[in-house]
Amino acid sequence: MRTILGMKYFWPYFWKLANPKVFMRWSGLCLPWLIALTVLCLGTGLIWGFFLTPDDARQGSTVKIIYLHVPSAFIAINGYFVMVLGSLFWLVRRQHVSVLVAKASAPIGMTMTVIALTTGAIWGQPMWGTYWVWDPRLTSFLILFLFYIGYVALWAAIENQDKVADLTSVLALVGAVFAVLSRYAVLFWNQGLHQGTTVTVADGVNQKNISSIFFQPLLLSMIGFGLLFLTLLLVGTRTEIRAQRLQVLEGLEKLK
Amino acid sequence: MIQLFTRDVVLSVRSGGGFGLALAFFLIVVVLMPFALGPDQFVLAKIAPGLLWLGALLACLLSSDRIFGMDYEDGTLELLATSPLPLESVYLAKSAAHWLTTGLPLSLAAPVFGLLLNLNLKVGGVLCLSLLLGTPALSLIGSFGATLTLGVRRGGLLLSLLVLPLYIPTLIFGALAVNAAALGKALDGSLLSILAISLGAIAVLPFFSAMALRANLQ
Repeated sequence: MRTILGMKYFWPYFWKLANPKVFMRWSGLCLPWLIALTVLCLGTGLIWGFFLTPDDARQGSTVKIIYLHVPSAFIAINGYFVMVLGSLFWLVRRQHVSVLVAKASAPIGMTMTVIALTTGAIWGQPMWGTYWVWDPRLTSFLILFLFYIGYVALWAAIENQDKVADLTSVLALVGAVFAVLSRYAVLFWNQGLHQGTTVTVADGVNQKNISSIFFQPLLLSMIGFGLLFLTLLLVGTRTEIRAQRLQVLEGLEKLK
Repeated sequence: MIQLFTRDVVLSVRSGGGFGLALAFFLIVVVLMPFALGPDQFVLAKIAPGLLWLGALLACLLSSDRIFGMDYEDGTLELLATSPLPLESVYLAKSAAHWLTTGLPLSLAAPVFGLLLNLNLKVGGVLCLSLLLGTPALSLIGSFGATLTLGVRRGGLLLSLLVLPLYIPTLIFGALAVNAAALGKALDGSLLSILAISLGAIAVLPFFSAMALRANLQ
């Protein structure tokens, strides 16, 4: 598998990150660069998108909300994916860093879900004439938000760190199955108003659904949001690791 | 496993626990609805399928924290964990007992309560069938949620927060099936989808619940 992926040298290094010390060193080194890149991509993408693209013929300037809506929705889904992967690695390999990555990923993803829903509502009011409709895409995003809430609430409810890590991981895995199930169940339940996917990976740069004037800044802000997610994820995980160290130190102090 | 199952059934029937309570709760929800929505027969008949499904679902949810709660508090669960019976089977036996004492009576009572909401008996039959197929999933998911919130004091709210999103697919297909029957349409596979969810839950959830139980008991 390793050689097939052509990443013979990547994975051993990747798994070394499970050592908190190694993780802290590497994330500390990467973080300033990541922040700089995020600011660069996001700044350029958003300014380009907001000020330097023409208004759409029919939608006017409301079209520009796409530069926030699409990237945040993209991160909202991938945040859950990261959460599930982190939980899975924790259950299999019992390395604390992975579950802390999952824990740090949840609030970021949750916020992105809220941003996607809010920007969608703001765009929907002039375009569809209503802030909210029970459309499959909107509904499944709301459901995704509920799953995030449950996960975060379970983390907050239990003190014992190892126990709560196990429980939330189990919840994340089962939740993922049911989230996908809900995603397809709502398709049977109601016909949609939301347009289909605008940006597809398979289509590459020759996007058919969107003019390249709009697509290039969109791509940039999507990359920017991805980097933003990575930055926040690293900061969050570093905070969690420090919080755990603090807890251990406090425990030692009490023993004395 | 069978002994554990009969013990749970007997306990919930005799000790005034979940057995009648879930049913009574269901009745009250159904009775309150016309007060909230007005006594118009057409409106009631239109929304009855969804209401009855929702009521049954809530009744199932509210009784599910009792599945493990009592046994966790008095230490029975720890004894069970040290017994040769695997925790997966403990979970299955307890969920089955929960289904027999809440899911089954709820399903059978639903068509009768449906009469109160102007739902005709033919549709009531489909409702009963859909609930019969769906309540095992509700019981299994509910008791999975109960294993997650074992150690949490006053975990009722948290339990509903975790479990209700998981109920969504079952609810969607259940209400779809009954609505289709009410409109005289073919049942377009909704019943099969409910069955699939129940069977999938039986196949997968025991392992995750046992994992959660082990984490809670270590």
